[in-house]
Amino acid sequence: MYSEEKLLEIHNLVKDYGNGPILKGVSLDIHKGEVLVVIGPSGCGKSTLLRCMNGLESIKSGEILLDGNVITGNKTKWSEVRQKIGMVFQSYDLFPHMSVIDNILLGPVKVQKRDKKDVEKEAEILLERVGLLEKKNVYPRQLSGGQKQRVAIVRALIMHPEIMLFDEVTAALDPEMVREVLDVMLELAKNGSTMVIVTHEMQFARAVADRVVFLDGGEIVETDTPENFFTAPKTERAQKFLNTFTFDVK
Amino acid sequence: MDIDFMAEYAPMYAEAAKLTIGIGIIGIILSIAVGLICTIILHYKVPVLRNIVAVYRELSRNTPLLVQLFFLYFGLPKLGIIISSEACAVIGLTFLGGSYMAEAFRSGLEAIDKSQIESGLSIGLTNMQLMRYIVFPQALSISVPAICANVIFLIKETSVFSAVALADLMYVAKDLIGLYYKTDEALLMLVIAYLILLLPISLFASWLERRLRYAGFGN
Repeated sequence: MYSEEKLLEIHNLVKDYGNGPILKGVSLDIHKGEVLVVIGPSGCGKSTLLRCMNGLESIKSGEILLDGNVITGNKTKWSEVRQKIGMVFQSYDLFPHMSVIDNILLGPVKVQKRDKKDVEKEAEILLERVGLLEKKNVYPRQLSGGQKQRVAIVRALIMHPEIMLFDEVTAALDPEMVREVLDVMLELAKNGSTMVIVTHEMQFARAVADRVVFLDGGEIVETDTPENFFTAPKTERAQKFLNTFTFDVK
Repeated sequence: MDIDFMAEYAPMYAEAAKLTIGIGIIGIILSIAVGLICTIILHYKVPVLRNIVAVYRELSRNTPLLVQLFFLYFGLPKLGIIISSEACAVIGLTFLGGSYMAEAFRSGLEAIDKSQIESGLSIGLTNMQLMRYIVFPQALSISVPAICANVIFLIKETSVFSAVALADLMYVAKDLIGLYYKTDEALLMLVIAYLILLLPISLFASWLERRLRYAGFGN
């Protein structure tokens, strides 16, 4: 359950790499405490949409507002905005030359100038929560994919972001490791975090989402509750897409 | 083989080796500095300066050190610029080494995955912080083998300094041959002197490389 308060607003967003638009005027509101899941076929622009939200991609037109302030202008201090918008990537991207704890402390200590001791205590609590406290001092190369991804989630969480973006975070994982990462995300969702999740895990999407957005060809085709969307999709494109996930034995 | 002769003149080699090491170290430190500056200019695509760096790189990499030294030592005085042998040697070595060091740093920088930069940005790092905490430490360790190879290469190149009347190892050997005709002894001691200089550096370099590979990254 989420509030009516809008945290992130996207107005008529257009993204173009130069050979045709990737996003053709996307408008979307994300409310405080809401878990929004974005699904759609490969190349539909869902990752691009996410990356526009924290300025990793420049946009052609439209605007994005965070807490009512436009963040897509020329004067945006992305270093400040990104502290409020956490992001977790498909390929984890921990910093390989730093231990787990140093990976987690870098942002809060160097960017936010918080007290190292306090942050370290908080980091230990978060690591405990994702079941990795005993890995505090090891290097990323000593972790499995699922463990790396959980550390990456902690690294984003410790910045105290207002919203978390998850870009296909289980797509590079071995199947048996997907669950441990999804469990962490489910717990975050239950605790009222605002999250935008791009994923191909349909069952997870259904379990975690407050609202599902179906993106195809750079535009939002359908937005609905997970119950409605997964049982009775309104558009033919969504039906066709969902059918690719089921096997009919003839 | 005249062992007594070799024992008698060994101190001369030691003196010359000190000179070789001294100029070598200054030249290498300056090469690293020049290399870093060039790399930064190329990386941030600084207008005008990047063109100068490009010209310098081609000039430095495609002319022999001996020719560069001759130009400095015999050519420049004709234009009224007189430089001492030592200064010639240092300038020549730096001119040569700078471009090779730049190449070593560039290969390290280019090896950093774009996703490392994006995940650094996503926790709010500024460009300077990104460079300092994420890019530079990783690039440096990737560059280490190439830097070590350059150090050894540059020390070996110092053997042409005798051409600008600098009393380095090569100079001493040629001198002794000229004076006493003890060709075998003088050359053998020359070989030994370079081995004593370079072998420890080579061994240290391979140890360092092994350590770095162990600390190895791979996300």
